[in-house]
Amino acid sequence: MHGFANPKRFLSLANWLTPLLLVAGLLVSAAALYWGLFRVPPDRLMGETVRILFLHVPTAWLGMGGWTAIAVSSLVFLVWRHPLAALAARAAAVPGLVFTLICLASGSIWGRPTWGTWWVWDGRLTSMLVLAFLYLAYMALAQAAEREGVSARIPAIFGLLGAINIPIINRSVVWWNSLHQPPSITMGKSAIDGEFLAPLLVAVAGFSLLFGGVVLARMRALLADIQAEARLRRKAMEAA
Amino acid sequence: MSALKPKHQRLVLVLLALVALVGAGLLAAYALRSQASYFYLPEQMLADPPEVGQAVRLGGMVEEGSLQTAPDGITLTFAVAGNDGSRVPVRFSGIAPDLFVEGSGVVAEGRLGADGTFVADNLLAKHDENYVPRELQEMEQHQAAKMAEETTVGLE
Repeated sequence: MHGFANPKRFLSLANWLTPLLLVAGLLVSAAALYWGLFRVPPDRLMGETVRILFLHVPTAWLGMGGWTAIAVSSLVFLVWRHPLAALAARAAAVPGLVFTLICLASGSIWGRPTWGTWWVWDGRLTSMLVLAFLYLAYMALAQAAEREGVSARIPAIFGLLGAINIPIINRSVVWWNSLHQPPSITMGKSAIDGEFLAPLLVAVAGFSLLFGGVVLARMRALLADIQAEARLRRKAMEAA
Repeated sequence: MSALKPKHQRLVLVLLALVALVGAGLLAAYALRSQASYFYLPEQMLADPPEVGQAVRLGGMVEEGSLQTAPDGITLTFAVAGNDGSRVPVRFSGIAPDLFVEGSGVVAEGRLGADGTFVADNLLAKHDENYVPRELQEMEQHQAAKMAEETTVGLE
């Protein structure tokens, strides 16, 4: 693992892994969504609206997974000072935010026909909205660290602090009475029928591949930025 | 202590900070456990009733056989049942969501009347954690298993 902290070795891996993950992710996600949106039978109570499940649940998991990635990378950066870990944390923020927003929007659209409301301030919905705001704050901090010369440790500490929201989102429907239903999938058990569960798991796999591909692509772009800047500075020094 | 490498010192520091953070988070969540709930359960409403006329929410199961439509066609009366058999009668005038049926979860927004009846201004249907295709809903577990067996024979 330490070997890949070297940018050169990281790039030799990321250069071929990025397109592979992106193409595989697109294909698997498209197949899962086709399966979920067109092939699966309607639910006994919700009817056709159950199909939002195949977009809502994977994006919710990856929205939370994105912040988990930020927290782990921030921990590695703070303790071992690997610069690549700081880049990985920054790279995970944008796809994490996008997945969180898709989760919020699809959940709202789902809530109208099933619950009878677009939005309620219950524990689950509120903590998920807080996650979206945390992503925005993290991105602003990370940008400040890059442009204004603020220490890169500040966003890393914020990434760790924000992680407290992840177990709160997960437990919100258990700790507090909420309009959102309790978890359907718990340790080794599922209250989702196999006909719905199979495409759901394929969608989770596809979206995860996409997530990985986007993170690697963004890490490469951030690395290229840093290298270009270093080269410009060197040229300016030589000219002076 | 001086034998600790800076790297390990930082690791210990970060882990200590994390423990403190998680502890603070859990304490906050514990303190919020009643305030952050979205609704009262019937047993909570009966044990510690909110003031008459105060806007609150009541959540629970729509009791089987309790749902009645008044002659005016839009006024519904039903009972919301809790986990321990306690029940609160509810009156609602308006359009109920599609998922509002007997034996299913509901959250009623409104106020407790002086006579102990909860007067709802709005009904929200609560979905449970089960997702089942329409064709399988009438089947008992063993029938479903049998059908799965029958439909997979021939595929091998």
